[in-house]
Amino acid sequence: MRTKQATSVLGLGAFAGLAMGAMMGMAAPALAQDTIKVGILHSLSGTMAISETTLKDVMLMLIEEQNKKGGVLGKKLEAVVVDPASNWPLFAEKARELLTKDKVAAVFGCWTSVSRKSVLPVFEELNGLLFYPVQYEGEESSRNVFYTGAAPNQQAIPAVDYLMQKEKVQRWVLAGTDYVYPRTTNKILEAYLKGKGVKDEDIKINYTPFGHSDWQSIVADIKKFGSAGKKTAVVSTINGDANVPFYKELGNQGVKAQDIPVVAFSVGEEELAGIDTKPLLGHLAAWNYFQSVENPANAEFIKAWKTFTKNDKRVTNDPMEAHYIGFNMWVKAVEAAGTVAPDAVIDSMVGVSVPNLTGGYSAMLPNHHITKPVLIGEVQENGQFETVSKTPGLVPGDEWSDFLPDSKDLIADWRKPMSCGNFNVKTGKCGGKGT
Amino acid sequence: MLTRFFLMGLDRKAGVVLTILALLAVLVPVSTLLVPADSPFHLSIFTVSLLGKYLCFALLALALDLVWGYCGILSLGHAAFFALGGYAMGMHLMRQIGPRGVYGNPVLPDFMVFLNWTELPWYWLGFDHFWFAALMVLAVPGALAFAFGWFAFRSRVTGVYLSIITQAMTFALLLAFFRNDMGFGGNNGLTDFKEILGADIQAPGTRVGLFVATVVALALSYMIASGIIGSKLGKVLVAVRDTESRVRFLGYNTEHYKLFAWTLSACMAGVAGALYVPQVGIINPSEFAPASSIEAVIWVAVGGRGTLAGAILGAVLVNFGKSYFTGALPELWLFALGGLFVAVTLFLPKGLLGLGAQLMARMPKSKSLPNGKPADQKGM
Amino acid sequence: MRRALRWLLAVCVVAATTSVALAADLRPLVQSLGTGGYAGTEKGLAQLSEAGDPAAVPVIEALQAGDLYVRKADGVVVIARKAGSDYALTDPLGGASLGEAPAGAIEKIKVNNALRRAISASLGALTLMSPDAGIRRSAADAVFKSRDATALDALNTALAKEQDSSVRRAMEQARAAITLTAGASDEDTRVAVATLAGRSDQDALALLSSVASSSSASETAKAAAASAIASVQLKLTLWGVAQNLWYGLSLGSVLLLAAIGLAVTFGVMGVINMAHGEMVMIGAYTTFMVQELFRAHAPGLFDLSILVALPAAFLVSGGVGILIERSVIRWLYGRPLETLLATWGLSLALQQAVRSIFGPSNREVGAPSWMSGAFELGGLTITYGRLWIVVFAFAVFAALLVALKRTWFGLSIRAVTQNRPMANAMGIRTAKVDALTFGLGSGIAGLAGVALSQIDNVSPNLGQGYIIDSFMVVVFGGVGNLWGTLVGALTLGTLNKFLEPYAGAVLGKILVLIFIILFIQRRPRGLFALKGRAVEA
Repeated sequence: MRTKQATSVLGLGAFAGLAMGAMMGMAAPALAQDTIKVGILHSLSGTMAISETTLKDVMLMLIEEQNKKGGVLGKKLEAVVVDPASNWPLFAEKARELLTKDKVAAVFGCWTSVSRKSVLPVFEELNGLLFYPVQYEGEESSRNVFYTGAAPNQQAIPAVDYLMQKEKVQRWVLAGTDYVYPRTTNKILEAYLKGKGVKDEDIKINYTPFGHSDWQSIVADIKKFGSAGKKTAVVSTINGDANVPFYKELGNQGVKAQDIPVVAFSVGEEELAGIDTKPLLGHLAAWNYFQSVENPANAEFIKAWKTFTKNDKRVTNDPMEAHYIGFNMWVKAVEAAGTVAPDAVIDSMVGVSVPNLTGGYSAMLPNHHITKPVLIGEVQENGQFETVSKTPGLVPGDEWSDFLPDSKDLIADWRKPMSCGNFNVKTGKCGGKGT
Repeated sequence: MLTRFFLMGLDRKAGVVLTILALLAVLVPVSTLLVPADSPFHLSIFTVSLLGKYLCFALLALALDLVWGYCGILSLGHAAFFALGGYAMGMHLMRQIGPRGVYGNPVLPDFMVFLNWTELPWYWLGFDHFWFAALMVLAVPGALAFAFGWFAFRSRVTGVYLSIITQAMTFALLLAFFRNDMGFGGNNGLTDFKEILGADIQAPGTRVGLFVATVVALALSYMIASGIIGSKLGKVLVAVRDTESRVRFLGYNTEHYKLFAWTLSACMAGVAGALYVPQVGIINPSEFAPASSIEAVIWVAVGGRGTLAGAILGAVLVNFGKSYFTGALPELWLFALGGLFVAVTLFLPKGLLGLGAQLMARMPKSKSLPNGKPADQKGM
Repeated sequence: MRRALRWLLAVCVVAATTSVALAADLRPLVQSLGTGGYAGTEKGLAQLSEAGDPAAVPVIEALQAGDLYVRKADGVVVIARKAGSDYALTDPLGGASLGEAPAGAIEKIKVNNALRRAISASLGALTLMSPDAGIRRSAADAVFKSRDATALDALNTALAKEQDSSVRRAMEQARAAITLTAGASDEDTRVAVATLAGRSDQDALALLSSVASSSSASETAKAAAASAIASVQLKLTLWGVAQNLWYGLSLGSVLLLAAIGLAVTFGVMGVINMAHGEMVMIGAYTTFMVQELFRAHAPGLFDLSILVALPAAFLVSGGVGILIERSVIRWLYGRPLETLLATWGLSLALQQAVRSIFGPSNREVGAPSWMSGAFELGGLTITYGRLWIVVFAFAVFAALLVALKRTWFGLSIRAVTQNRPMANAMGIRTAKVDALTFGLGSGIAGLAGVALSQIDNVSPNLGQGYIIDSFMVVVFGGVGNLWGTLVGALTLGTLNKFLEPYAGAVLGKILVLIFIILFIQRRPRGLFALKGRAVEA
């Protein structure tokens, strides 16, 4: 009895010592650097791995290419990959690890608002740089974050405009996964549609849980709603995994795009790669980039991507282009500033303009969002999108929606002297709506 | 009387655990705040928060071990109590933000403002006071556990049936908290906290303070748990674990004993969650995910079921491994973690703490079954 | 394709005498399809269908199929179909061969949704006189949908000649739809209302409502519409209940499939098998592999791929199961909890293994033609995919029941799980039976994977989505009882589907979970509890 306990005690003590030692080791300051480190914070396991792993790969490719061109400021870039495992507190922990332990110059990462909200305080506290490459709901502008994905006015509103003008849609189903991006987007769209004279009874809003897999009733409901004699369309903000069963059910129940088109904001080439697209011919998506866009820069990017992944079937998509733009902007800003020090880079980011992959230039705005063209595409039999409409010019990202009562008076401008993410143009003060 | 209760359960092992905790409570603040940053003995704030997180998980594991290791109730839903405690604390921290949110609304949290809520729902009232939130941290998980346990134990739901309905409970809560209409921020949860008890939540001093609070809570819970185990009550609990019907025939009302341990354990889990939230900076429905509860069970099993120290050890070790592997082997860490679980089960059936005991048991002949250890039995 | 050819032939015969002159008239219209982008094509199409010449049908069909191209060299519109690495070109009017051209020399005339709609409408109007009853019927349906008043003359001509009663009905309904949309005399309106009352679906309801609320219709017409609406609504409500039952049955059979393997490994053997979901996933990936082989080597036999995938998935998942049992589980009998820990670890490792091998993104598993689409049964819409899954789930259940109750292997399984030492003493090699039983449960999970690959993502996370539901089903039904699993799955599925319309998908699911918790209070051993002494152990 006594001996047994003694061993346990010994073991416990030994462990505690070990753990403390390991902690000390973890905390040891990094050695002198002759490379510039770049953090990649994308989930490689768990539910989000399906989308985010590609982004990790594209970052590795971009860094490799930049190193072939001689790196940045005469130094090679070094990628630091971590796996936040689709776990939101772990995102914050890993962000802290990247910034304090690895001392990375910038972080490219996150997907979904909750991961960004989780790391936001960390980046603000430690004055790091985050490039967020996914379309999102807006209503945020941080000095330390650069939003290279689309804001609602760069995706949702042009898509609805297209349906109204070209497809003469009068009745709307707003279907989404129950989380903040669909909720906010649908709020904005509802206000926008009502402003255009659409009646209450012609808008149907439906929310489903994450990973919803049984769509029989909902698709039947959509069919029912759509047979009331007015042209109907579905605006889908359904997220990730739930899309494949949704589209399979649409195809099986024979909901054809020519009768009830579905326009999606979260379905790109990567998601379509898992579905037989023949029954989905003509359903729509709104993005700022499609793989099918024909121009030399895109052709080169696709070729590089296929070579890098050694897989001829890999597709490219919009968030990849966002990282492409964001990374090149960062490189340009660092070279203009002559240093990777965050404050200098943040100041030199605004106004930087780099080529995008759709044949134009994207510029970083003072609100840390970028200008982008908006493309509407129809699904083709080969799993690609065919562009059916493109905005004539670039659309600047609008972080505070004009269609929500509490944000319409707010703007963000991170240039001095304003340096504010929620400036109220009515009261002339920084700090939101006020009382 | 109380001191006797606390001291009764304390054996040498407890002494070691408490000593280590005391050392942590002293050394960590010193080496973080006083030792200069370039010294090898300096601990970064990052490490402190990480350690704090591990200890919160350790407290959850301790709570779970109390019901599973000593009372035979395998809960696959303990993370629900943890998360409820976390939400209670998160709501308080949200209210503390006040007008510093992005919209500058002094009452409503940001997520309510942009989803057009006009006033605070009734269940958010009172959370602006710390004492109320602290009370809720204990009361909400405790009340849920009491109600759940009251029905389940009275209906004599046992074994795997009980485990699965605890899983159903946490799954239902997960889905409920995901709904934005619930008014808990949906999938985004509660985040972007500014201060706690008037102190800046990101300041090193606050973080160290939170760490020390966690150590103290863990030590207290350890003393309470080992006090219970050492008492007559503890003996009955162990008897219930081993053969419930026999204890019932002996005239004990086993439901009451189980209900007590179960509710107490839920309260401890709630405290763990409340300490966890300010240290990681976010609380989100994914804490309710059934997988989180199963993971907590695994920590206990890795450390050694039925030994309080083992629960703590397992939680810290597994989570340390997770932190380390996700950085060092981002593509392969699931193999490492999965392999660890399989290896522990196959080669260390009594967990890591049992390993030493196993080795020792081989050498001398004398072998007794200590009252703290579960017998090899069929039940769960 | 075949239909197009047949129609082509018919057109050739009919138009043989007059075709030369007409084709010359159509030529500039066909040519205009290839200019001016979507708007230009739409204009050309409108003129082409206005001309009302059946010779235009193959052109429009080619446009619909994406076979209409513009030859870059001279801007001539041609039909191009893949022939080897090049394209074989034909004249859209008359079908004369125009030689071959490489892909770079021709440009596809693009089609968008607006054009697709216009194509259906004009094909509808142009094919109302087709010799094939099926084509006439779909033409009438297309006209019903488009409600295009310009098709009215063609519709009347076609109706005068129509012999087939079902096609006749479809045409009358189409005419009624046009009448009601365009507005007509009181008498015509009443006839149209009566015609549409026979069609008890949402479309008819919408048309009838437009009469009931219109300001121009007479009171008698309105009254007729109102009574028609009432009868249509009643029928729709009844069919709605039946439809919900079907959805419930369909969801229940998915749950049954997912849970039935677990009913063996967990229910019969007592292994808390957290890696069960991964066995399902492996089955789904096996389906993907089999389909890849078919795509590469025998694309013509693709419809059979699922049939080949079934035994393959059973063997692969079963094999992995046996491997797991031999290497890990067999050391853990009598310690159910440790199986939870070990299988949880295995499930993490298996997910990561699949992720490393196949990549994290979804894999495409195609549906064979006999599992695609849907059919109408009265007011029910039944998709073939779901129908086959229901049939398959019951077939698997029946097969398992027979295997356990009627075979020697089943007898050994029951003997070993009920009294291991006794079975051993009777000469049963318990170790072998254990391995085979676990393999059986895993193999059935693999079969479920084949079915689930038809309706869900094939990704490394596939299994995670079903594991909790599977445990709920097995426990709800009563551990160790196969009938319990059957009844449990169907009950939970139906309950979910009946709650969903009222409470929404999320709240519905929460209510089902609460129902399970409360139900277990009433019956602490599940729906079909095992009785006797062994239960307490």
